[in-house]
Amino acid sequence: MSWLKYTLKRLLMLIPVIICVTFILYVILSFAPGNVAWQILGEDATEEQIAQLEAEMGLDQPLLVRYGKYMLGVCHLDFGTSWFGGEDIAKLFLGRLPFTLLVAVLSILFAVAIGCPLGIGSAIRQYSLMDYGVSFVAMLLTSMPAFWLGTMCQIFFCLTLKWLPVSGVGTWKHYVLPSIILGANTLASMIRMSRTSLLDVIRQDYIRTARAKGASEWKVIMHHAMRNSLIPIVTQIGITFAGVIAGAVVTENIFAIPGVGVLLINAVKARDVPIVMGTVIFVTIIVGIINLVVDIVCALIDPRIDFAS
Amino acid sequence: MFVKKSKKSLSEYSTGELVMFRFRKNKLAMFGVILLSIIVITILLAPLISSYDAVVEMNMADRFQSPSAKYLFGTDEFGRDLFARILYGGRISMFASLAVIGIAFVIGAIMGGAAGYLGGRVDTILMRAVDVLMAVPSVLLAMAIITALGNGVWKLIIALAVSQVARFARTVRASVLTLRNVEYVEAARCFGASSLKIILKHILPNGIGPIIVSATITLGQTILSISSMGYLGLGVASPTPEWGTIISENKMNIGTYPYLGLIPGICICLAVMAVNFIGDGLRDAFDPKTKN
Repeated sequence: MSWLKYTLKRLLMLIPVIICVTFILYVILSFAPGNVAWQILGEDATEEQIAQLEAEMGLDQPLLVRYGKYMLGVCHLDFGTSWFGGEDIAKLFLGRLPFTLLVAVLSILFAVAIGCPLGIGSAIRQYSLMDYGVSFVAMLLTSMPAFWLGTMCQIFFCLTLKWLPVSGVGTWKHYVLPSIILGANTLASMIRMSRTSLLDVIRQDYIRTARAKGASEWKVIMHHAMRNSLIPIVTQIGITFAGVIAGAVVTENIFAIPGVGVLLINAVKARDVPIVMGTVIFVTIIVGIINLVVDIVCALIDPRIDFAS
Repeated sequence: MFVKKSKKSLSEYSTGELVMFRFRKNKLAMFGVILLSIIVITILLAPLISSYDAVVEMNMADRFQSPSAKYLFGTDEFGRDLFARILYGGRISMFASLAVIGIAFVIGAIMGGAAGYLGGRVDTILMRAVDVLMAVPSVLLAMAIITALGNGVWKLIIALAVSQVARFARTVRASVLTLRNVEYVEAARCFGASSLKIILKHILPNGIGPIIVSATITLGQTILSISSMGYLGLGVASPTPEWGTIISENKMNIGTYPYLGLIPGICICLAVMAVNFIGDGLRDAFDPKTKN
């Protein structure tokens, strides 16, 4: 039952963080210049119309009162409505989320499936040609801007070779390139992490013991080394998730995937404050929950980690 | 080689000298230093190489010229010289990245230094603030700040700097915590040195290693972030050149004229790679134990 208690405690600890995050965001976004009512009504609006709309939106009230009302709404899962489109933010976000999550999960699966074997391979054959080659590829992938790699691959694979659709969603083919591009950075960190982690473990005494008692190399690596080197890798997956969600903003824009990223960028450009606010809070909650899941998984893999502490 | 030349024994070298020695032995790191030096010197000398007029001057007769002796990197759809745009764009990309790191470092060092050195309630409050900042993915935080501030080089710098403060505060705090109670700091305290003097003269020089490493690695990511923001239309706006903005404004023509995308992209790659090589080299030099 200890893990249940731990989970509950961590979930409760998330609440003050979310409250603080919302407050900071609210204060930052209240600095957005320009008269909102004027922007919504257009240039021909009279002063009375503007004053009336401001009163309707509650914009004439002091910041703290507005924040209090907003938080009261958030407790009822009401994140307000878009300033310019009038849609409900929660509905808007939840409608977009599946696309983002799908691409994010696919990209992480791609990165783990390719990155871990490559990292393990180069750790086993340290200082070999393959090791240098893999390290170089990892270095290249971390140095390349995702938007550039995405644009170039889009032109090459979609426009020149016509293997994959250029943009949008629909078939599984639409997700191939976005997942690979979004996963490129994670792939690099997976390669590095699994290589370093396995190299650390390989030097431990129990590995020498396993070899000394005559276990086959396969068994030494798979049974003794891999399990112990998994913990940093799982932690790394969790850490990269926040980065992947943030990276999705760029990837979705390149490939016109109607996910959270496109929603956010359009809102930032239009200065639709409620959408920006709601999106960032939602993503923060999701990232917080994912971090919690990662910690629980780590404790399940590694009996040395105690839930009580 | 280094040890043979001088008659000093290894223990006589200062930590700084040993770090420099290990860093200089690292071939990839030295390659990074040379590459970065070439990039920085070239963009610093930009006014001598090409006038700023060439950056914005449209020349419809010379649209889409492939790279040649006249136009080293070719021209874009308005007949603007891509070489001049990349040259001056590099100034903005690199300057903005350095400014982001500088601002984030100063604020983060003050926060982390105060938290680590003073401890107690100050530490608790500051670190809770850092936890809150870390809970929001930094790109999203930067975008929220851009929503409030609007577009522009300085606004972008502030947005990205604020989103990096928490990371620096944590690194600095960790450094200070490990050094707060070492003997020479205690000795300085007994001597009656002020807290500020202890932090600046004793703790900072000894704990600077991880901070420099973290700053270098963050610098590479910041170059990428700035160009990504430019590409998304949230950063430096066209016609002001910036590496990401240049790719963004040529987006539609890259398919027909690949050099418009390839050249600025390779520039970003090279700059980031040089910084990353230096960062990795510094990390190994400061802490040889982490090297595999």
